[in-house]
Amino acid sequence: MTILELRDVSFTANSTGILNGLTMEFWEGYVHAVVGPNGAGKSTLANVIMGLPDYRRHEGDILFEGKSIKSLNVDERARLGITLGWQEPARFEGLKVSQFILASAQEKNKDEVDRVLELVGLEPVRYRNRAVDKTLSGGERKRIELASILAMKPRLVMLDEPDSGVDIEAIERIFEAIAHLKEEGTTVLLITHSARVLEKADHAFLLCSGMLVDKGKTAKILEYFSGKCLPCPHKNVPDLNSGRKTGGKNA
Amino acid sequence: MPEGPVEEILESINLHKSFNRDTPHVVINANRVLSSKVVEGLEIEPQEMPDGVRARLRVARGTKIKQPVHLCFGMLPERGIQQIILDVDIEDEAEVSFMAHCTFPNAVDIQHLMEAEIRVGRNARYSYFERHWHSDEGLVRVVPVARVRLAEGARFSTEFELLKGRVGIIDIDYHTDCLAGSSAEMKARIFGRQDDRIKIKESASLDGEASRAVLVTHIAVRDEATAEINNEIIARAPYSRGHVDCKEIIQGRGVARAVPVVEVQHPKAHVTHEAAIGSVDSKQLQTLMARGLSEDEAVDLIIEGLLG
Repeated sequence: MTILELRDVSFTANSTGILNGLTMEFWEGYVHAVVGPNGAGKSTLANVIMGLPDYRRHEGDILFEGKSIKSLNVDERARLGITLGWQEPARFEGLKVSQFILASAQEKNKDEVDRVLELVGLEPVRYRNRAVDKTLSGGERKRIELASILAMKPRLVMLDEPDSGVDIEAIERIFEAIAHLKEEGTTVLLITHSARVLEKADHAFLLCSGMLVDKGKTAKILEYFSGKCLPCPHKNVPDLNSGRKTGGKNA
Repeated sequence: MPEGPVEEILESINLHKSFNRDTPHVVINANRVLSSKVVEGLEIEPQEMPDGVRARLRVARGTKIKQPVHLCFGMLPERGIQQIILDVDIEDEAEVSFMAHCTFPNAVDIQHLMEAEIRVGRNARYSYFERHWHSDEGLVRVVPVARVRLAEGARFSTEFELLKGRVGIIDIDYHTDCLAGSSAEMKARIFGRQDDRIKIKESASLDGEASRAVLVTHIAVRDEATAEINNEIIARAPYSRGHVDCKEIIQGRGVARAVPVVEVQHPKAHVTHEAAIGSVDSKQLQTLMARGLSEDEAVDLIIEGLLG
């Protein structure tokens, strides 16, 4: 069953087409990946789906559970169950980890804070009273942001470069948390250019220059991405003669 | 209904159920000392004046007072002036912390003027936390002035908090002189609304070798409130260190101005400053809204963090 559908979505910034006629379907309960080189439009796609203020003026339509969300603000989309984990999470001076998590939590109690901190591998006793500020490393903030997402219990979560700035031990905990989200029935959309992250997906879309170049099972996309995209000399100029530009429904 | 003025003052600061009168304290309403208690090594000599109270506070040499000393400065009438003049001596090696509450629950037009001379002896420790409780209406004018002298190795910290109710007009002026090895930390956290006026001048003079000072001011102003912060550190001695941190969030037609002044008069001294003024950070806002908070809820939480 499709939870999110993009219909011919295009987005232009400074007269440059960043997303070009994307038509995509995301199946409920799956871990999807959107993969592509830097500048392919992956993060822009997530920002457009989330409805961030600078990304609202796009062509085409976005449907969540069959209904257009094009006119909805960020918080209205979030209250439907859509959320986003940033590549570089925000810092909040003075705001405690527990306050930050409780702000989004469905269950607003200390046990829930502890539960989600444990799920991302952070000791509650060490972290719940710390501030979400520069005293935390990038990896710690990333995990705390993921903890807040787990507490929110979203229907659809987009994670932008979940492995960026994270050490080996932490990335394993992030992968476990992604698996946990899937077990809970959350649809996950991984934005990545990392083969290691792509491997965690059930299904993948390949973007280049804001166009959908290919889609399908992860192994197929991974093979193409690793073999062709990573060594590709024309960064973000897709070879449209390869027959891989599709734009249709999921394979 | 509170039984008397002490209870009314305690209720206005939410301490009516938990306040223990056996702890060292002074409770003042307008110019009357309603209740007080001292412990060994702590002397408090209050003297009532026509429009306030003059008090001498002394902590004897080497005395370490474990419990915080509660100071409640209340003004229950709707109008009037309350002048508090403090002369504080924390003698060598002594340690004390004060928890001060200033409350004006019925204010229509109140002036709360405080003047303090504070001397902190060698290796003594003195901390002073002051929380203000103002009503949502009425005008309160708060003018605290403090002159602090730190002897060698002394540690001094003060924190001023006014987050609930209308600020009215506030004009803080604190100055600390620091001798060798001493440290001063002065913080202010204030939330201004409507046409509140906030003015803060905190300064430290690092006169002794390896003395230290940190001045932190976190302010939020909304509606038509204004804030002007003038914080200054002058480092005159080798290995002295200072930092000025001023952060202000403005909303609506609020106006904020920050002037951090750092002056270094010795090549082995070092002073830094940071100042950030602006609206709520858009990434913070978007993060919280992407978790389902409305814009207003997100802004309130961000301000709560900054001021909390």
